[in-house]
Amino acid sequence: MSSKLSQTPKVKRPHLVFFQRKMLSIPYVLFLLLFVIGPILIILLYAFTDENMMFSFDAFVNFFTTPSKLNVLWVSLFVALQTTIICLLIGYPLAYFLADKKVNKNVVLVTLFIAPMWINFVLRTWATRDLLGWIGIDGGSFPYLATLIGMVQNYLPFVILPLYTTFLKLDKSQIEAAADLGANPRQVFTKSILPQSVPGIVSATLMTFMPTMSSYVISDIFSEGKITLFGNFINLEFNNKLWNDGSLMAMIMLVLIGVSMFLTRDKNKETTKGANL
Amino acid sequence: MKKRFSLRKIIGQSYIWLILLLMYLPILFLVVYSFSDSELIGGRFNFSFELYVDLFKNKAIMVALGNTILIAIISAAVATFLGTLGAIGVFYSKPKFKRAINFATQIPIVNAEIVIAFSLTVMFVFLGTYVFRDDIFGFWTLLIGHVSLSLPFVYISVRPKLQQMDPSLYEAAIDLGATPRQALMKVTIPEIAPGVFSGFLLAVTLSLDDFIITSFTRGAGLLNGESEIETLSTFIQAAIKKKSIPEEMRALTTLIFIGVIIAVVAVTFYNARHANVKKIRKGRD
Repeated sequence: MSSKLSQTPKVKRPHLVFFQRKMLSIPYVLFLLLFVIGPILIILLYAFTDENMMFSFDAFVNFFTTPSKLNVLWVSLFVALQTTIICLLIGYPLAYFLADKKVNKNVVLVTLFIAPMWINFVLRTWATRDLLGWIGIDGGSFPYLATLIGMVQNYLPFVILPLYTTFLKLDKSQIEAAADLGANPRQVFTKSILPQSVPGIVSATLMTFMPTMSSYVISDIFSEGKITLFGNFINLEFNNKLWNDGSLMAMIMLVLIGVSMFLTRDKNKETTKGANL
Repeated sequence: MKKRFSLRKIIGQSYIWLILLLMYLPILFLVVYSFSDSELIGGRFNFSFELYVDLFKNKAIMVALGNTILIAIISAAVATFLGTLGAIGVFYSKPKFKRAINFATQIPIVNAEIVIAFSLTVMFVFLGTYVFRDDIFGFWTLLIGHVSLSLPFVYISVRPKLQQMDPSLYEAAIDLGATPRQALMKVTIPEIAPGVFSGFLLAVTLSLDDFIITSFTRGAGLLNGESEIETLSTFIQAAIKKKSIPEEMRALTTLIFIGVIIAVVAVTFYNARHANVKKIRKGRD
C-alpha cells in the first residue's frame, strides 16, 4: 500500500511535462491567426496591389478620385448619423422607463425588446417592408424614408440594451440630492442623469453607427436598390469580383471602426460587457 | 406627490407598450396573415390552415431550413469546442500572451460583418488561386465563416466563469491523485459549464441569424448537393429580389416567432427564479 502511494507521483510526472493547460489554447490561437488576422493581412495586400499582384496605389487613387464612390461614403455617414440620432431619441426615454422601478418592474418586458434579434434578420426585414408597402411607404416612392424606418426598427434593440444597463446602475441618491438641493427637473436631468448615462450613449452609438454604415441588406431591400451605402458598395465589388477595390473599401471601413473604438475606449469599457449578452 | 408618480407611470407604461407594438407590428401582421391563403398580405382574409400544410410540402423551404439548422449546430459545436479550450488555455498563459489574444478576440466582435465576410472571401480566393488552384468555396468555407463569427462570443462567455472559479479546486484534484486531464474534465469543465452552454446558445443564434457571411462564403454542398447552399436567410433574400416570396413563408415565420417568444420568456423566468434562489441562499449564510 505504501509503495503504491509513493509510486503515483512518479507516474504523474511525465503527464505534467507533456500536458500543460496553456497548450489547450493552441487550436484557438491558430484559428484566430488563420481566419481573423490572416484575412486582414490579405485585404491589406490586395488593397495596395493590382490584378497581377504588383504593388500599386490604383485602388487607392481610384477610390479617392471617383466622386460617386466618395459620395457613397458621405451618404453612408449621413444615414448612419440620422439612424443613430433617431434610435437614441426613441430608445433613451424607453430605456429610462424600463429601468425605472416606479414605472416598470417587469423583466420580461425588457427581454421582449431584445427578442426580435432572435428572429431571423432577413425575415424581420421582409415583414417590415411588406407592412410599410401596404401603408404606402414603399421603396419605389419613398426609398430614403423606407430605408430609415427599416434601419431604426432593426437597430433599436442595440440602443435600448446598453442604455438600460447604464440606467440600472444610475446613482439614485445623487439625483435625489440634486432635487433636494433645489434643482428643477430640467437641471436634475442635464446635471445628473445625462452625465451619468454618457457611457451608455457612447456604446449605443457604437453599436448603431458602424453597423448602419456597413449594412447593405436593409438599404437594398427597403429602397429597392435606390440607396447605396458603404456596405452595398463592398457587396457590389464582391459580385463583380473586383477584389482590389473591394479590399480597399473594407480596409477603410476597418480603419473607421478602429478609430471609433480607440476614441471611445475608456467610456465604452463598462457597458459593452452587459450589452454583448 | 403620489399623483405625480402615477402620472409618470401612465406615461411610461404607454410609451413602452407603444414602441413594443410598433416593433412587433410587422411580425404580428405576418402571423395574422399566416392563417389566410390570400396571395397578398393586406388582401381579403379567408381563414385557413392551408399555408401550414403547404409549408411542409415545399421542398425548397425545407432544404433551406435543414441547411440552416445543420450549419448552426455544426458551427456552434466547433466554436464551443475551440472557444472553451482556448479560454482555458489562455487563462493559464502568461499575461502578455493573454493580453494579445484578448485583443485579437475583440477584433471580430467590433468588426463590421461585411468586412469579416469580404476579407475571408478574398483570402479564400487567394488560397484558391495560388495554393489549391481550384475553387474552394463550399461547406468548409461556410463553416469557417460561421465559426469565425461566433468563436469570440463563446470565448468571452467562458472567460468570466474561469475568473470566478476557485483556483485551488484544480490544485486539490491534482494533489489527490487526478491526472491533469482528469482534473480538467472532472473539475474545470463542470465549473465553467454554464458559460460553455450560454456560449453554445449564442453561437447557434448568431449562425441562425446570419446572412452576410453566408452569402459571401458559401459554395455547393450540404442538402443542396451540387448546387449552391441555401439557408433561410439567403433563400428569403433571393425571393425578395425576385418579388416572389412563397406564401408558406408566413407560416414558417409564425412558427419561428412563437418558438422565440416561448424560449425568451422561459429563459427570463428561469433566470429570475434562479436569482431569487441564490438570494435566499445568500440570506441563509
